Amino acid sequence: MKFENLKSGEQFFLNDFLYTARDQAHSRLLKLIKAQSSLPIDLSDSIIYYCGPSATPNGRVVGSCGPTTSSRMDMFVEPLLKAGLRIMIGKGRRSKKVRMLIKKYKAIYFIAPAGCGALLSTKIVSKKLICFKDLGPEAIYRLKVKDFPLIVAIDSKGHSIYEDI
Amino acid sequence: MKTDSLQHQIDKLVKRASFSLRPDLMNLLIKAYRSEPVSRAKKALGWIIDNARIAEKENIPICQDTGFPVIFIELGKDIKISADDAKRIEKYLVTSYENNFLRASTLDPITRGAPSYKGLSMHFEFNPALKGVKLTFLLKGFGSENKSQLKMFNPTAKLEEIEEFVLSSVKSAGPEACPPFVVGLGIGGTSNDCLLLAKKALLMPLDKSNPDKTLFKIERSLFKKINSLGIGPMGFGGMHTVLAVRVKKEPTHIAGLPVGVNISCHALRYASIKIFKL
Ligand code: SF4
Repeated sequence: MKFENLKSGEQFFLNDFLYTARDQAHSRLLKLIKAQSSLPIDLSDSIIYYCGPSATPNGRVVGSCGPTTSSRMDMFVEPLLKAGLRIMIGKGRRSKKVRMLIKKYKAIYFIAPAGCGALLSTKIVSKKLICFKDLGPEAIYRLKVKDFPLIVAIDSKGHSIYEDI
Repeated sequence: MKTDSLQHQIDKLVKRASFSLRPDLMNLLIKAYRSEPVSRAKKALGWIIDNARIAEKENIPICQDTGFPVIFIELGKDIKISADDAKRIEKYLVTSYENNFLRASTLDPITRGAPSYKGLSMHFEFNPALKGVKLTFLLKGFGSENKSQLKMFNPTAKLEEIEEFVLSSVKSAGPEACPPFVVGLGIGGTSNDCLLLAKKALLMPLDKSNPDKTLFKIERSLFKKINSLGIGPMGFGGMHTVLAVRVKKEPTHIAGLPVGVNISCHALRYASIKIFKL
């Protein structure tokens, strides 16, 4: 995905694959990175979406699936960027450190409509469990999204629509 | 399941609270949408309103964080309740969370482990003016619950100091807690009482003014001040950081002035029912 020219504040509709990961999944990825073990997903080619969907009702692709608070993942960002990650999606402000890291690694941070999990579920075409099944909603899922609405919160130059937290 | 059974009533309550927004809240959101001058903030409000309509039509949760379940059980004068009844209420709530595909979001605070549907916050109170039992079920999302604040003021503290405290709580909640908010403020009691009062303040009707004149004034003043912070819907700026401020008070000790702030995100989800037989 090309994102280098996107500027903070711009709206963007994503058609791609996302990997959901929140607190516990991040903490496990970090352990694997520290132990130099192989990772269940190739971070350099991935978009991480801070999200733990509600259960999937019969006949639907996914339950409600909006973003969770990104700043709780701030402490995990540096090693993930080092391992190749460039695109993060969540809600809310980030620390100054994360903003500077985004600039350094030419990464990007998008926000998805917060508290709009029902709306966002209609933009998801498929869902597949990838790993950490025992974590239930906190497991890593691969979501295929179509016209998934996003706003650039911190662009690759480190410009943010928010103040640092 | 018999339609008048307790289990059926609780299931209805859970569905209503998690799949739809209350009319009083929806009206405030629509009013905010119509009057919001900042275009990105207006778009955010549009998303929030569309989201609520989709959730209600398709019977899916308004938000994937289907909250920590909080239930208030108000007992009228003619009702008898046993420990078994309380257990049944808890069991039916859990079943209903599972059956309606809400999220397993609760776990042991130390060992963490796999999220489950276990654990809830249950509160009993008496209301001699009531016939039967009133159940009020609140799904408290943790993006906003994490921003709760307690401060034990000196008894001589001025009202402005309390207002400052509320303003700083709202600022620190920021975009993460999913504004526009409903802010609940509890004043008095002991430390835990004022926090519970703040939570209960969120359950006051949003389309009626506070019957207590002093509290009404505090609500009005805070409403103006919070909305001039400019955080706005999803943190995009604009006029609407808060949709309503609700305040409750109760007697406290001469040596203190406990104040609790409980913030609700725009997805303030609760529902009540009255039942006459457990
Ligand atoms: S703060 Fe409220 S609206 Fe936002 S994600 Fe949490 S429960 Fe949902």
